[in-house]
Amino acid sequence: MHAHEAHAQNFLIMVQLLLALPFFIALILYILAVIISNQHKKQWPHFRTICWIVGNVCALITLVGPLASLSHIHFDAHMIGHLLLGMLAPLLMVLAAPITLLLRTLPVDNARTLSRILKKPYVCFIRHPIIASILNVGGLWLLYTTSLFNLMHEHILLYVFIHLHIFLAGYLFTIAFIYIDPAPHPYSYVFRSLTLVIALAAHAILAKFIFANPPHHVPTSEAELGAKIMYYGGDAIEILLVYILFYQWFKSTRNAIHPKAATSSR
Amino acid sequence: MTKMYEEQKHKHENRFQYKQRNMWTGILFGLGIVAFIDEVIFHQLLHWHHFYDKSTAAVGLVSDGLFHAFSFFATIGSAFLLADLHRKHGFWLKRWLGGIFLGAGVFQLYDGIIQHKFMNLHQIRYNVEILPYDIVWNILAALFIVIGIVLLLQTNQKGW
Repeated sequence: MHAHEAHAQNFLIMVQLLLALPFFIALILYILAVIISNQHKKQWPHFRTICWIVGNVCALITLVGPLASLSHIHFDAHMIGHLLLGMLAPLLMVLAAPITLLLRTLPVDNARTLSRILKKPYVCFIRHPIIASILNVGGLWLLYTTSLFNLMHEHILLYVFIHLHIFLAGYLFTIAFIYIDPAPHPYSYVFRSLTLVIALAAHAILAKFIFANPPHHVPTSEAELGAKIMYYGGDAIEILLVYILFYQWFKSTRNAIHPKAATSSR
Repeated sequence: MTKMYEEQKHKHENRFQYKQRNMWTGILFGLGIVAFIDEVIFHQLLHWHHFYDKSTAAVGLVSDGLFHAFSFFATIGSAFLLADLHRKHGFWLKRWLGGIFLGAGVFQLYDGIIQHKFMNLHQIRYNVEILPYDIVWNILAALFIVIGIVLLLQTNQKGW
């Protein structure tokens, strides 16, 4: 029995390290890219570097350490993790404009290949606002309304897969609505706004649904607290996202008033 | 002096050009702000009605969720529309206020009549005589609508 527990403990640590590794590497690569890029081109904005660091830290504290261990046992801790890994970390990392940095740092040939990859039909398909919303919010509905949530805690590969999916879907969702990095085939602001309202509503509805129907084996009080964290914490991050979307819209319409500015900036 | 007069005249003309936009910006802001006040004061601070009242009404759940998302969307969006009007020198305070009253009143009346009474989603308060609350709620809403319409009508004439 004791040996089994120790084994499980080791297993957990291994999973945590496995999940943390990509973010750790991404953190180091970004900083290296900033250093290299600064030597040849003009200074990379500190704001973006800070966004990348904080975003990665948000993801890392969800995946390793006390919060990660707690989230195995407590649903409310799990939900804080969801907010950090699935919403805040992606948003901050999108603001850090990693693709722009990469295009700047890579040799011209490689940069061209990268931008060609970004225009591939598959990439364009998954970053369509509706598809990205389904992958993100739809995935959450699947996780919390089926037995997937329980299975995740029993099967290690599923656990790793779902956590990576939560982050990647969150990132995809963010780049589908706000364009910081180059965005081939941009969609209109009206279309993005309407899709975003529906996606955010689906997130709020899911939070209330969890409040009323806790996932299996989750105590009611924990589910209620978790649902509230998802609802209000989600709001706070969503308000940021909506603000950035409208800010970009606001800036883009300036050209209509000052035609001169439009021709000089393009 | 003449330049100032010119500018003044220019501003005055702009207001008419963006007349409808002034109204819609106000309506959006009114909707957003009332939905926000309802949620924060009555749901969170007073706990008069709740986060989740009826787990059976799926329609209520969906409409609530949509409205919730729309309310903060509308608030932020209208703030940017307002900034845009200022940028275009087309802001018209009285008409904007008219829009706010109309938007706020329409939402409150919708909440008070459709959501509280027809759909029975939640009541303003529980375990008390509800009638006075309903009357105050809906009369206030109607008053907002009347104020809004009067302000909008006053700013509707081209010569005003």
